Amino acid sequence: MSEIAAEPEGASRPNRTFIARLKDSDLLASFLSSKVTVAAGAVTIILFLAALLAPWIAPTDPFNPATNFLSDSLDPPSFIAGGDPRFLLGTDDQGRDMLSAILYGLRVSLAIGFCGVALGGAIGVGLGLISGYAGGWTDSILMRIADVQLTFPAILIALLLDGVAHAMLKAQSRDESAFAVLVVSIGLSFWVQYARTVRASTMVEKNRDYVLAARLIGLSHARILISHILPNVMGPVMVIATINLALAIITEATLSFLGVGLPPTEPSLGTLIRIGQNYLFSGEWWIVAFPSLTLAALVLAVNLLGDWLRDALNPRLK
Amino acid sequence: MIAFILRRLLASIGVLIAVGLIAFAMFRYVGDPVNQMVGIETSVQEREQLRHQLGLDQPTIIQAARFLINAARFDFGVSYQFKQPVADLIGARMPATLELALVASILSLAAGVPMGVFTALHRDSALARLFQALSLIGISLPTFLIGILLIYLFAVVLRWLPSFGRGDVVHIGSWWTTGLLTVSGLKSLIMPSITLALFQMTLIMRLVRAEMLEVMRSDYIRFARARGLSERAIHFHHALKNTLVPVITVVGLQLGSILAFSIITETVFAWPGMGQLFLQSIQNADIPIMAAYLLLIASLFVVINLIVDLIYVAVDPRLRVHLQRAPV
Repeated sequence: MSEIAAEPEGASRPNRTFIARLKDSDLLASFLSSKVTVAAGAVTIILFLAALLAPWIAPTDPFNPATNFLSDSLDPPSFIAGGDPRFLLGTDDQGRDMLSAILYGLRVSLAIGFCGVALGGAIGVGLGLISGYAGGWTDSILMRIADVQLTFPAILIALLLDGVAHAMLKAQSRDESAFAVLVVSIGLSFWVQYARTVRASTMVEKNRDYVLAARLIGLSHARILISHILPNVMGPVMVIATINLALAIITEATLSFLGVGLPPTEPSLGTLIRIGQNYLFSGEWWIVAFPSLTLAALVLAVNLLGDWLRDALNPRLK
Repeated sequence: MIAFILRRLLASIGVLIAVGLIAFAMFRYVGDPVNQMVGIETSVQEREQLRHQLGLDQPTIIQAARFLINAARFDFGVSYQFKQPVADLIGARMPATLELALVASILSLAAGVPMGVFTALHRDSALARLFQALSLIGISLPTFLIGILLIYLFAVVLRWLPSFGRGDVVHIGSWWTTGLLTVSGLKSLIMPSITLALFQMTLIMRLVRAEMLEVMRSDYIRFARARGLSERAIHFHHALKNTLVPVITVVGLQLGSILAFSIITETVFAWPGMGQLFLQSIQNADIPIMAAYLLLIASLFVVINLIVDLIYVAVDPRLRVHLQRAPV
């Protein structure tokens, strides 16, 4: 959110508040004009808040062994026969409350998604700026790497990076570093799109008068790139970031589901689904169903928001 | 034309060598290959002997060159976890994956193209809207969730289809196995192939729809109408034919990602293919298999890319003229 507030037009009209500018912007009007988008926005906000507030709104702490009893394990949801009123969405094999586990899992999934997108964005925007500004050999080499990487699906690259990290780390430290490994894998597999977009706009911007003026007064290249060109190429980056957030969440969930992501001691939604899949045949459907629903709702809502943002900011569609 | 093919061929070889060097770096520097291959009780002399045998005491450039030459012959040494040649392990699992990928591609084309044409021609009908909504869900839902949903519906609730494995297979020749000739093999194939095809199908559907809408607006369609041709002839002979050029490209490129995504499908359905082997190798840090799989997929991608480029030139006469005029 803070990135949107830092957009260039804010700097030109500093006396108006962010809310006032938001109120008569086209963006808000186009947001409210589509029911689907509003619903997607509402779902996204609810899920984000739920993740953020998980430690306070979750009925139990799913990671505290003192409050989990095996006698409570595999209880069905409270609204069907045999359910325990303490556990709204039932319990898993460890006697953990599913609702709490999902809230915490959502928190982990979103955290990895955001960090992965931020890392991928930072790498992509940085390399794109350098590539577009420097041109020549630097540009050719960076863009060839981007081309080669783009021919492979991101999930495959993330899997490979994950595998290499597994091989390099000792078995004990794997679980502790799982979060960082996932963020790096996702970041490194999603930078290409940012780099290409930013490179294209940088090549346009670097010949503009304000850049020439900045050069004339003797500013360093780094200074010109960061404080002059960067703010002017960030628009499309926000759209890519929104769409990539959904992809990053899917990638994390997939890696965790495949068993190379987060361990069961620190479950994300993908890990919960992986655990729940084992109980599909014995009839404990709630262990897999509720995390899956949460993941599907989250990804669908973020995707819809990304689609809307892309269309709303695309001048050709107006 | 020949210059174009040669240039593309050289670029492809360049990509393969680059990927090969990455694979070599993984093999050489991620963990110590000797430590992975021997037990704890192996003496220092024996370790040195193995190191010498593998050529690990030679200069890095020679090691890299030897690795690349061996890789070209598909010799990746011995798997750390199975203690068997990597080529044999992958070869035994390849038919399962290729069969799954092939059936999924055919399925996605057979369903995606008609759905795309329909949604473009009858844009406002209820069925078209349903297809559009379904395609959004198909793009948003992770592959493994679709797989789990299918297993729950058809294996747990309805008990119609098996939820894992390949069923009975028939041997053809010395190494190929097929599940396409037995009832249980076909039954086992249904859910995995649908799971794998769904994402590609939505992609193809959206692409065909967009292209079809674009083409239907063009002048030659208007002329065809003016000539009094039937709607059927216009839609299928004039419009659809021209939408298929970009579709070929995307389908070709997607064939590669179908192979990659089969990792997920194979895990959900315990399908005994290459993807499952790759995943096991990641979990067990089995670098030779990872390196081999990486190079195999890279070669497939490169070959497919090359073929798609050539088909593109063959299908679209405009490109051929362009290539002859501009010396490339």
